[in-house]
Amino acid sequence: MRGVRLAYALLGMSTLLAALPAMAVDNVPPLPTPQLQQRYYQLTHELRCMQCQNEALADSPVGLAADLRLQVRELLIAGQTDEQIRQHMVDRYSEFILFRPRMNWRNAWLWGAPGVLMLVGVVVAWRVIRSRSQLVDSEEADPNAESLNS
Amino acid sequence: MTRFLLPLGAFALLVVVLIVGLRHAPEKNIIPSPLIGKSAPQFALQNLSDGHSPVSAALLRGHWSLVNVWGTWCPECRAEHEALLQIKREGQVPIIGIDWKDADDEAQAWLSQLGNPYSTVGTDHDGRVAIDWGVYAAPESFLINPDGVVVYKVIGAMTAEIWHQKCLPLIQARSMPATQAGSGS
Repeated sequence: MRGVRLAYALLGMSTLLAALPAMAVDNVPPLPTPQLQQRYYQLTHELRCMQCQNEALADSPVGLAADLRLQVRELLIAGQTDEQIRQHMVDRYSEFILFRPRMNWRNAWLWGAPGVLMLVGVVVAWRVIRSRSQLVDSEEADPNAESLNS
Repeated sequence: MTRFLLPLGAFALLVVVLIVGLRHAPEKNIIPSPLIGKSAPQFALQNLSDGHSPVSAALLRGHWSLVNVWGTWCPECRAEHEALLQIKREGQVPIIGIDWKDADDEAQAWLSQLGNPYSTVGTDHDGRVAIDWGVYAAPESFLINPDGVVVYKVIGAMTAEIWHQKCLPLIQARSMPATQAGSGS
């Protein structure tokens, strides 16, 4: 009897736990069309909450995030493109509000760095391999090298 | 020779990067405003004192002004209040307040208790104007030049030190050559 009760309790608890993701911060009614809702979801996940800087707008419980989500919603309904909405936020809060930074002349070196490092690596590897192979050649040519190694 | 120069060069580069990083460390949490150098955003707010007579960007023309975003719910605003009163007493610029997502009666009580440093206060109940100004954490203050252009932004509490060392020099630097350049602007 106790076992059954325990099983029910566990079942109830796990159901509650499974429902946790539904307790989202953002619980306003969905937008009129699924397409708009999808874009709203994407935008609010790629815009930063400026107050708690490592959270997305979608996940942040602070008032400012709610106000900014409302603006995203209104701009979507007003028919603005995703890029226009991003720009609207950047104009006010700088590019810091974008989780995915844009490429520009100031950060171009960062974007290019992996390529440059790769190139440096290839050059270094090539030179090392070449000098090593010459080393082997000269060792073989040297009659004393054999006796030194053994 | 390159055997030593290369690692040494890499190390020197690393040192330079770290020094630059350390020097910028205090500003790490400050996000530069994209508004600097641009015209102050347009706005029209209700006046806290009488509920009408709109507070707008037109107030920011023809003289220097300081726009201060605050709220009674904000502890740092309490901390900077004395500095604002001091700036008012010095009388160089009017301070225009934007009361951000606040209750009017609480804001009025706050000003009558602590003193009112503002020439005008607009009430931003829904927070839209604050967003247009790129405000993310009250208090924030904006120094506006006579053309209505944002010149400087202070994030966090205004202090007498910031006012005298950062803001006043900007005002003085501009008002001196202004007599000659007046016709050009």
